Amino acid sequence: MTITFHLNDEEVVLKAYDPSATLLDFLREDQGLTGTKEGCNEGDCGACTVMVTDGAGAKPLNACILFLPQLNGRSVRTVEGAAAPDGTLHPVQEAMISHHGSQCGFCTPGFVMSMVTAHKNGARDHDVQLAGNLCRCTGYAPIIRAAEAVEDQPVPQWIAKDLLPAPGEAPNMPQSADALAALYAAKPEARLVAGATDLGLWVTKGLRDLGEMIFLEGCADLRQIKISDSEIRIGAMVDMNQFREAIAPLHPSYGEMLRRFASQQVRAAATIGGNIANGSPIGDNPPALIALGAWLHLRRGDDRREIAIEDFFIEYGKQDRAPGEFIEAVSIPRPADTQADNLRVYKLSKRFDQDISAVLGAFNITVSAGKVTSARIAFGGMAGTPKRAAHVEAALLGQPWTQGTVTAAAAKMGKDFTPMDDMRASAEYRLETARNMLSRYYAETTGTAQSVLEVQS
Amino acid sequence: MSVAKPLPHDAARLHVTGQARYVDDIPLPREALHLAFGLSTIAKGRITTMDLAAVRQSPDVVAVLTASDLPFANDVSPSVHDEPLLADGAVHYLGQPLFLVVARSHRAARVAARRGEVSYAEEEALLTLDQALAANSRFEEGPRIYQKGDAASAIAKAPHQIEGSFELGGQEHFYLEGQAALALPQDDGAMLVNSSTQHPTEIQHKVSDAIGLPMHSVRVEVRRMGGGFGGKESQGNALAVACAIAARQTGKPCKMRYDRDDDMVITGKRHAFRISYRAGYDDEGHLAGVEFTHLVNCGWAQDLSLPVADRAMLHSDNAYAIPAIRIESHRLKTNLQSATAYRGFGGPQGMVGIERVMDHIAHELQMDPVELRQRNYYDPPEVSAQGGAAPRSATSPRNFSGKMMPRDNATPYGMEVRDFELHALTDQLLASSDYAARRAGIAKWNAGQKDLKRGLAFAPVKFGISFTLTHLNQAGALVHVYQDGSVHLNHGGTEMGQGLFQKVAQVAASRFGISMDRVKITATDTAKVPNTSATAASSGSDLNGMAVKAACDTIRSRMATYLAEQRQSSPDQVVFTGNVVRIGAEEISFNEAAKQCYEGRISLSATGFYKTPDLKWDRIKGEGRPFFYFSYGASLTEVVVDRRSGENRILRVDVLHDAGASLNPDLDKGQVEGGYVQGAGWLTTEELVWDGHGNLRTHAPSTYKIPACSDRPDVFNVSLYDGQNREDSIYRSKAVGEPPFMLGISAWLAISDAVAQFGEGYPALDAPATAEEIWRKTRRLSHGV
Repeated sequence: MTITFHLNDEEVVLKAYDPSATLLDFLREDQGLTGTKEGCNEGDCGACTVMVTDGAGAKPLNACILFLPQLNGRSVRTVEGAAAPDGTLHPVQEAMISHHGSQCGFCTPGFVMSMVTAHKNGARDHDVQLAGNLCRCTGYAPIIRAAEAVEDQPVPQWIAKDLLPAPGEAPNMPQSADALAALYAAKPEARLVAGATDLGLWVTKGLRDLGEMIFLEGCADLRQIKISDSEIRIGAMVDMNQFREAIAPLHPSYGEMLRRFASQQVRAAATIGGNIANGSPIGDNPPALIALGAWLHLRRGDDRREIAIEDFFIEYGKQDRAPGEFIEAVSIPRPADTQADNLRVYKLSKRFDQDISAVLGAFNITVSAGKVTSARIAFGGMAGTPKRAAHVEAALLGQPWTQGTVTAAAAKMGKDFTPMDDMRASAEYRLETARNMLSRYYAETTGTAQSVLEVQS
Repeated sequence: MSVAKPLPHDAARLHVTGQARYVDDIPLPREALHLAFGLSTIAKGRITTMDLAAVRQSPDVVAVLTASDLPFANDVSPSVHDEPLLADGAVHYLGQPLFLVVARSHRAARVAARRGEVSYAEEEALLTLDQALAANSRFEEGPRIYQKGDAASAIAKAPHQIEGSFELGGQEHFYLEGQAALALPQDDGAMLVNSSTQHPTEIQHKVSDAIGLPMHSVRVEVRRMGGGFGGKESQGNALAVACAIAARQTGKPCKMRYDRDDDMVITGKRHAFRISYRAGYDDEGHLAGVEFTHLVNCGWAQDLSLPVADRAMLHSDNAYAIPAIRIESHRLKTNLQSATAYRGFGGPQGMVGIERVMDHIAHELQMDPVELRQRNYYDPPEVSAQGGAAPRSATSPRNFSGKMMPRDNATPYGMEVRDFELHALTDQLLASSDYAARRAGIAKWNAGQKDLKRGLAFAPVKFGISFTLTHLNQAGALVHVYQDGSVHLNHGGTEMGQGLFQKVAQVAASRFGISMDRVKITATDTAKVPNTSATAASSGSDLNGMAVKAACDTIRSRMATYLAEQRQSSPDQVVFTGNVVRIGAEEISFNEAAKQCYEGRISLSATGFYKTPDLKWDRIKGEGRPFFYFSYGASLTEVVVDRRSGENRILRVDVLHDAGASLNPDLDKGQVEGGYVQGAGWLTTEELVWDGHGNLRTHAPSTYKIPACSDRPDVFNVSLYDGQNREDSIYRSKAVGEPPFMLGISAWLAISDAVAQFGEGYPALDAPATAEEIWRKTRRLSHGV
């Protein structure tokens, strides 16, 4: 039982470890690397951001909800490894100093590592790259100035080179979907760990013992996106940044929603399979996938079946998944090149970035010859599961695509949903804004609407 | 001179490399223990049984303490001893510490703390202002009332009246570093405490009471905090006291840090207010009289609520000379977290009150809101100096382009405003932000929009500088010059990111005429400088800068006297500049000068002390001169809102802020930018939600939304006003910690302006103006629901 990873260019080989130990605790408590900070211990503040490199490249991850076995065969760089061994600072670090990007300094190591990673990847969409790093002192402006200042500087050689070790051999770390299928069928009581962006909190906040864990990190064949003439098949372990890149050209509105889905760090860990299997009524992918008519590929041992994704969600906390069965992939129909993209996804939350939706509405309505010929509308945050708005859809089908139809259909929303009051929104607000989303969809298809995100002073 | 230079934060290099050490980063001996509190799960009642057997049996638990196990005082209150460290039988809020777990790891302590079996005799909790008011549950015997003139009759006689009421929510500090403390028992029973606190002396005081030792046996050290914002003025007491008690009992180093959720559930936040107002005014918008009622949700313990509520009253005039005003403040006691200090300390709430009144009047009169404000401004010093307090009819027109007649320029609490900078500052900001043209452009844009509207709003800030508890306006410093010419600097202020240490070090370097690399900044330490005040009330640089200056000048004067004596020169011929000391025609390095003085047996160590002059304040009557001076600023914010969802964005912000002759313009600008964003967050996305049981539902960043990166204004123009303090402050600079927070008020007003475009009525926004609140008020205006 061994896991092997690189930590700031040194090889770490762990022969005895607690599989639910987090990288953050390992760094701070075992390694004395206290530069990486604990701000929230739930992946929402980014103070613990580290750069993790694997075959797919470098990504920022929250160390607080990253289990040690997830690092097997990868390379980790913490803030202590951002500067060169001789002390030469990374350009990002120099810029953060000269632009006054730090005040109290506690969030700074996390920002530095997000920025080092973004700089390495050549990313210039700084607001997106840094949405997962909270700062309470600076108001962010000087940090963005620092990020912009180094855009054209070369990646330092000590950052460019990160080598990957051979992964250690450990139980419960299958290296393929077949191996996973066999293992999970034999141990149906074990907990599957994909990106751990939710399971991590069971440990750090729930203080739960997860029991036996199976880590899917090594299943490279689950990370593939396959595009055929008729479908796009997304492996369950495809992370949300990878998925965003694939989906944005086909369905820009979905891509834009994913830009606001959690944060760069969380998207880099979170997987499409996890977001579905989790069954949360406020997961942002399921409504969009339902609207697209997606279907799941489920597998138990060698038994495989396909179901429409909306049928997967039975009720709150209950999904159509047998013991030992897992999601292997999700497929969405591939639109013909000539087909218009009718999908619009509206995410409503208290804060634009890195916030859980109060309401997420996904609309896919086809109009031919002035009449609605198909309508798939699904919502998150409106019921105990991600759910289709069946009455609204029915009220649209076959009707002329007019404001009158839209108003009449929106009135049916209350037949489909009885949302709840909570700290994110009231039931009334959820229901009314869900109705307004349909009007917004109509306005967009008729060419008048705009989002506040598109307005400039 | 090192002052006025835009040097980076002294610890910036340590920050960006991860080397900057916070309490939780201090290396510990292997045997160190870790602490966690077991928390109440009800908001009010009595503990009937507390079965802690499972807690004691939990892995790696060393000890479990309840109130009866505490050796001395069971109290962590900063004020009136009403805040037990561990519940003494009564439960006052959901999240109150009931017992203390001491374990071998942080996680083991947290796991064990959840295993307590506690039963309660539950009582009905007071959670809302209405409930507390109905039960007459309050601090102090009745409301505090400050007044000037006869507001009721002035309002009645005025040509127009308005009235209204709104809710103003609290705010979680969300310092990125949670509360933390570490106690290291010394060989003689004394205690060394490292605490993430703005108030080391209070930690020392509370720890000394808790372990029964004089203050001389408790030493508190604070190198830095990962943010404070007022949340570490009193809220660190519990952790430091718990650590000291556990360390005394076990003989081992004890550390405690709150997990983020625990931090948010246990500690106090900004006070939530309900503000009701009535105002009378004339056709031109001149205020005749204003009445405010403040209902203040103080939570369960008094903490600092009285001075917070006082300061809210003291800022109810903001920038306006109001002929008659009455402010009535009810400090209500509820079963929620005990509200505490937060940047602005009540000032922001008071200021939002009067800015709401101005916004409402401008809407009623359909008058330019900036012009309305300017008409009511206090007189500038050039005018107020002419005649002083000439009585003025509330309705008399004033000529702003020509010469002004002096008005009664005293605040509601009788303090003459002698330094009012806002006339020129406002003109400058309106010009630089292109206000008039943009207002017209926005109106035109809005006319073509159905679902989206833009709003534009201006807000001025006048913030009083000094602790209102006058005796706190003192500071000490300790400065050593070593024989090699290097300087060791210490003072009573704490560093929480604001750059205090750097600014004060710049003062020291300037006094000795040496470069910054010769000055060593060291941790705040109660053994070096005693009896310090909290680093609060924006006073850090003012007080400690002056104390350090005094200490440096004492040493400099001794050096000058000796060096002059040795050369038959006179001390006034000795100049310290550019790392050299010139004595008449001779020039020696500062290092050489230090060496010569040492060899000449000159004391090169000195303390410095400062107390703010001319303060006088009676908080019961509401009369006097509580402030040394005022800091000023103004902001203009442009927003866009969406009718359908209430979604909104800040598009552009222009700020002009008065930091006097800034000690470090870049650090001060940092305070202004950060303050604006934090203030705007308070009034927009930062919503605290409790359920009907008093359970805080927004107890983590997943549910409590401070501004994220993309929430900062797209266009963000921040400048410092070119001026200097008219009072004799340190290098004529001005305090800049809190005042910029209130610049964020213009974001809320701009949203109000945008919402008003959807209908005829006044939007009457509550705060925070979340998307849902905006949607609700917009719907009311456009549909009358």
